[in-house]
Amino acid sequence: MTELAVVIESLVKKFEDVTAVDGISLQVSKGELFGLLGPNGAGKTTIINVLCGLIKPTNGSAKVGGYDVQKETAKVKELIGVCPQETAIYPYLTGVENVELFGNLHAMNKATLKKRCDMLLENMGLAGDAKRRAEKYSGGMKRRLSLVLALIHDPKIAFLDEPTVAMDPQSRHAVWDFIKELKKEDKTTILTTHYMEEAEELCDRVGIIDHGKLIALGAPEDLISKNKVKNLEEVFIKLTGRKIREEI
Amino acid sequence: MKLQRVLALTKKEMKKTVREPAVLFMIFLFPVVFVFAFGASFGGVGGEQPVYNIGIVNMDQATSVNASQILLTTLSDTEILNVQVYADNQTAQNDLSQGRVQGVMIIPSDFSQSFASYQTAPNDPSMWTNATIALYLDKGSLVATQAIPPIIQQILIAITGQGQQVASNPFRLETASLVEVEAPSALDFIAPGMFTFASIFLIMMVAQSFAQDRENGMMKRIRITPTTPTEFMTSQVLSYMVIALVQATLVFIMVYLMGFRPNVGMPVYAFAFILVLVFSLSNVGFGLITATIAKSSGAATGLSFLFVLPQLFLGTFVGASLSSAAQVAGKFVPSYYVTDALTSLFLRGASVTSPAVLLDLAAVSVSCVAILAIGIILYGKYYKI
Repeated sequence: MTELAVVIESLVKKFEDVTAVDGISLQVSKGELFGLLGPNGAGKTTIINVLCGLIKPTNGSAKVGGYDVQKETAKVKELIGVCPQETAIYPYLTGVENVELFGNLHAMNKATLKKRCDMLLENMGLAGDAKRRAEKYSGGMKRRLSLVLALIHDPKIAFLDEPTVAMDPQSRHAVWDFIKELKKEDKTTILTTHYMEEAEELCDRVGIIDHGKLIALGAPEDLISKNKVKNLEEVFIKLTGRKIREEI
Repeated sequence: MKLQRVLALTKKEMKKTVREPAVLFMIFLFPVVFVFAFGASFGGVGGEQPVYNIGIVNMDQATSVNASQILLTTLSDTEILNVQVYADNQTAQNDLSQGRVQGVMIIPSDFSQSFASYQTAPNDPSMWTNATIALYLDKGSLVATQAIPPIIQQILIAITGQGQQVASNPFRLETASLVEVEAPSALDFIAPGMFTFASIFLIMMVAQSFAQDRENGMMKRIRITPTTPTEFMTSQVLSYMVIALVQATLVFIMVYLMGFRPNVGMPVYAFAFILVLVFSLSNVGFGLITATIAKSSGAATGLSFLFVLPQLFLGTFVGASLSSAAQVAGKFVPSYYVTDALTSLFLRGASVTSPAVLLDLAAVSVSCVAILAIGIILYGKYYKI
């Protein structure tokens, strides 16, 4: 039987009179690279925030690594690495200082931290700029550094919220390669994106969300063949009657 | 609680303080520049007495006794006054309006006559010829308007009340009660408040820092790590206590260079620094309350003055020159007790174990811990840590 890394059951999240997540249920297996697709405001980030324990669901439940995200938040935080949608780094620290800070917050030992820090900065193409203050980085470099902060402690489960948004093609492909490496290392990854080509390139399975509801779930090639279209973009058009990026 | 996390966050906060020019200025350079400017203006560098330039227009028509000359000699011999004699009132008034002198005194034509009448019958006022001495003062100088009239008054009393004895012995003027040459300078009075003052601006720094980290997503990012609220808040409090300690040290060095030399031992200095450290807790607390109310870092800057100004005006050196009502109101702000304790220690010569000082310490400790607790609870309730 496949081991489940993430289990979401009838999840509802309301913000006053707005229903951001409307009764979503899904499961993600260990080692799976799962994509949450949908336009801006669909509810993808809200789902990630619930899974991290940042916000409480209005109804339903969620488990990460077998731990309830509401009752065992501390355990969940030890398992996960999160790259938030906004580029959250300390501008006055250098690249390496940012990474070391987050390594220390995860209580990593000095030797392991140094090793992972060097490796990740190298893989992300930031080694040469590691000692420059992050405020001097380009937008793409900041996004890549943000991804390194999320993964410095070698988490079992990674939540990557729009990790390539507003990135130049070169940076985007570097991140894609990096995400593929995670897959090889048997890490579970939940990736949110509104780039359909990104999901097709990377994900084992995708869940398409619109207005807080899960409107499609399956492997990209299955969804494409089932709907008799050429790509995921057309799957979304067929299911919703509009283009995914119209609302961006 | 993991010390590794606390130290990492503390180190990060220290780097921010040193690397962000605006923070560096507000926390360290501003108090140093302020102390220098204030000390130089009111304290007198090196603890010297201030000297007032005073212009004299002598209209006196001396008869047998040249009383105006005695007055001029006495005024000149007073170290606190720098006398400049003018030939006419117009020139003197011009210089007064230009700020070249802080006062102009007109010796009337009947001054010697009046002086002679007094000498003839010192105990019979009905026999005196009254003379009016006009004194014009620089209205732009608070110090001049308050300091010069009593000095002149005392000199007039001296040359008349104590007669020839004073005029023939100028040294009596220097050391007599006429001019308080032994009194502490203004810097001595304000120095305790300066220690308190420096730390008050931490309120703004804390508020800005929390609001900024919230805006740029760093607070959320830290919450996703296993860092506990206790570890996070401990790192923040530790950071700002270190900053307060550095501030107090810088301010102390500055006031020392400006001439502040309290006659106290090391235990008093150590106690003073402990007071400042405890006081910094309330500033972190007020900063957190401000960050709770403020929606953005910009708003946090403005709102922080809700707490900065009362602490500043009611509890530091500024409070000493306010109304009695304001001084009573000061008793509701922690800075009042810090300044009061430091004043007792540095100026009144109280020991660290004296009841007044211990009472102040108790008031500071209780209020600061309470304010910090309120700040943490409020911030945690509305924004999570």
